Amino acid sequence: MILEYLPILAVFGFAIVFALATVFSSEIFGPKRPNAEKLSTYESGMKPVGTTSERVSIKYYLIAMLFIIFDLEVVFIYPWAVQFKKLFNQQGISVFVSMVIFLVVLELGYLYVYKKGGFKWD
Amino acid sequence: MTLETILFILFAGIAATTSVLMITRSNIVIAALFLILNFGALAGLYLLLNAQFLAVTQVIVYAGAIMVLFLFVIMLLKPEHERSIYKIPGMKIFAFAIAFLVFVQLAYLILFSSSSEKVSPDVQASINAGTIETIGRELFTNYILPFEAAGFLLLAATIGALILAKKKIE
Repeated sequence: MILEYLPILAVFGFAIVFALATVFSSEIFGPKRPNAEKLSTYESGMKPVGTTSERVSIKYYLIAMLFIIFDLEVVFIYPWAVQFKKLFNQQGISVFVSMVIFLVVLELGYLYVYKKGGFKWD
Repeated sequence: MTLETILFILFAGIAATTSVLMITRSNIVIAALFLILNFGALAGLYLLLNAQFLAVTQVIVYAGAIMVLFLFVIMLLKPEHERSIYKIPGMKIFAFAIAFLVFVQLAYLILFSSSSEKVSPDVQASINAGTIETIGRELFTNYILPFEAAGFLLLAATIGALILAKKKIE
């Protein structure tokens, strides 16, 4: 059973090796001639203002919350998609209808947020 | 050593190391990033316990969505100016006492629990319970009403988040 997941572990392994290799090879082979100007903080060509730990706007909170909600939606769709063929053969169209009801309820929320301007950045 | 044992040691080692690193970091954003690694290692452990759906959910929901919320809350609150919990007198001793009790409890369970070789029928039956196929079948036959109710719960959460975050401050 567990052997089926070995390719995923292999992908993780390759990703880690690739990330470490690219970071450390540039560290090892790259020439380093630092001066004060080069070591100063680069921020889009502007003089940096303040620190990095600024409080961000509450608008990001709404984006994060909406992301979580639609992420959870995926968790419900995933087992449905895996079992859909088998259940469709057993029960017919009702499997499809139950998911449509679930999605319609969630899309009502989506439409509400859209109407109230939740996706606008003002 | 079987492959399962090697993978268990790998994931358990990552989980333990990252949780220690997480609680000892002074930069709270780096602590949150170590928590993501910890969640990833936990997902590997769930997979070893035959709980495939839980492993996938752990990655999608915890390592994905919950950590986004954690990092956003950290950036919203600017917690560097919070006062340290150790300023409260006796807190360190209290924390050590709790940790010691948990350690004794776990050590007792590991060392003195009866380790029987044969697997009881309930455990045998539950081995397939964590697969995505089983959860999909159960969710869309026996538990269809809780599933639709979850949709309404998410709808309520959507509206609640919008009302909280979009409130105009006069």
